[in-house]
Amino acid sequence: MSGKVIICRCNDVTADEIEALIDSGVTDIEEIKRLLRIGMGPCQGRTCIPLVISILARKTGKRPEEIPLPKTRVPIRPVRVGVLAGGDDE
Amino acid sequence: MSKIAVIGGGIIGVATAYELAKLGEDVILFEKNYFGSGSTFRCASGIRAQFTDEANVRLMKYAVERWERLEDELGFDINFRQTGYLFLATSEEEIEAFKANIRLQNRFGVPTRLIDMDEAKEIVPILNPEPFLAGTWNPRDGKANPFKTLFAYLFRAREMGVDAREHTEVIGFEREGDEITAVRYRSRGKAESVKVDAVLNATNAWAPTINEMAGLKRGIVPIKVYKHQLVKTELLEKGQAEPLVCPPSWNDAYIIQDGEDGGIICGAGIEHEARGLNDVEPTYDFLRGVLRYAVMMAPPLKYAHVIRQWAGFYAKTPDRNPAIGKLLEDFYISAGFSGHGFMMAPAVAQAMAELIARGRSKVPIDWEWYDPYRFERGELHTSAFQIG
Ligand SMILES: Cc1cc2nc3c(=O)[nH]c(=O)nc-3n(C[C@H](O)[C@H](O)[C@H](O)COP(=O)(O)OP(=O)(O)OC[C@H]3O[C@@H](n4cnc5c(N)ncnc54)[C@H](O)[C@@H]3O)c2cc1C
Ligand code: FES
Repeated sequence: MSGKVIICRCNDVTADEIEALIDSGVTDIEEIKRLLRIGMGPCQGRTCIPLVISILARKTGKRPEEIPLPKTRVPIRPVRVGVLAGGDDE
Repeated sequence: MSKIAVIGGGIIGVATAYELAKLGEDVILFEKNYFGSGSTFRCASGIRAQFTDEANVRLMKYAVERWERLEDELGFDINFRQTGYLFLATSEEEIEAFKANIRLQNRFGVPTRLIDMDEAKEIVPILNPEPFLAGTWNPRDGKANPFKTLFAYLFRAREMGVDAREHTEVIGFEREGDEITAVRYRSRGKAESVKVDAVLNATNAWAPTINEMAGLKRGIVPIKVYKHQLVKTELLEKGQAEPLVCPPSWNDAYIIQDGEDGGIICGAGIEHEARGLNDVEPTYDFLRGVLRYAVMMAPPLKYAHVIRQWAGFYAKTPDRNPAIGKLLEDFYISAGFSGHGFMMAPAVAQAMAELIARGRSKVPIDWEWYDPYRFERGELHTSAFQIG
């Protein structure tokens, strides 16, 4: 993989950026996620996290199953603030 | 050169390791999980000198001056921006209290001023001015990216030779009398030990456990751990709520626009004592409660979507001020930062490193105010204003 391969479409992060960060010694997915803001977009990582895991596995020689998934955050799907705050007229 | 063990890989431990290395010390840094995994990576990123007592105002004034130069010093983009803090009053009595705070802050060179709601609305376009009478505004307060800041310190610390280890848990000390001679740690299931000359406990919520390992009473620094949460909305156009905006009388509720992606971060003092140090489960009552305040503050928010909610720890001492200082001849503590450990880190790290390496510090820090033994002596200070 080379050039401008976009891994996280929500936050526009490329494969090169991810590989460079791993090469600099950051190999914990929780750290990669936060430094590059991967998995923090509206899709909450459904698209990009599996791809990041496979890059990480390839570069660190681990099996993908050995890499823990980052903690998911509620809400699973975006909810409108007005609905949670208790109606439009409150 | 002495060998110093720093325990805790949050912003305080990492920044102090960096400062110690700058002073030429040989540092080994332990983080049991991943760097930033405690409170640091869960924080709201706010930085302010608007405190209500002399010690914190002076320390934070100095910290902000460090923040202003930190990007150049560390050579990394940490996205520090002086977008201000705006506290809002809902009653005449509160305005009087705000005025007293402003006088105190001005006395120490912090340029806070009282502003009317027209000006507040200009600064925060989505603000609903109706419920408020006036605000205190300090344009030099701000925010920075906690992830980038921690890693900037970490990269530079490693460059200067700090042996920084993650997934490595400190499990005990070897002692001769009162003196700590070695740190025992476990990594990948294997226990080992390393000889050290001094130890810094920078484990915040976990600090009582480490104090106990040093042979002290668990409650010598009585830290209670509360779950503090945040909710974040989808991205909004930048410039809608860049400052941290907070009416303290609304249960310390606040909003602040994320300096990276423009989502609105919403917090409030709706707290739960943590059930344990693994309990970072977000709660539904918080989600609903915080959004009620947020919508009253900024009505257009009701059309935005919530995309994330998370919880972290406020490690609180009884007076909400951290414990910073020496506990034993070779054992130091810097912990119990409530809602303001991130903003204080550049100043506290420098002060602590200088204390350990030189026995005194150039930082304007009131050691008595933060004295870790004050609880034991029953001297509490006025509560530090605790929100982010
Ligand atoms: C929701 C929320 C919002 C906040 N907002 C703000 C804000 O806007 N501004 C601000 O200034 N502050 C804010 N804070 C507070 C701030 O996050 C903390 O005060 C700060 O991060 C404390 O840093 P620390 O390094 O002391 O602790 P931590 O980041 O908690 O680091 C302590 C570390 O010690 C490690 N550790 C524990 N035991 C061991 C052991 N035995 N061996 C090795 N390692 C160990 C832990 O794993 C942890 O990583 C907020 C906090 C929360 C939860
Ligand atoms: S693609 Fe990465 S968060 Fe959506």
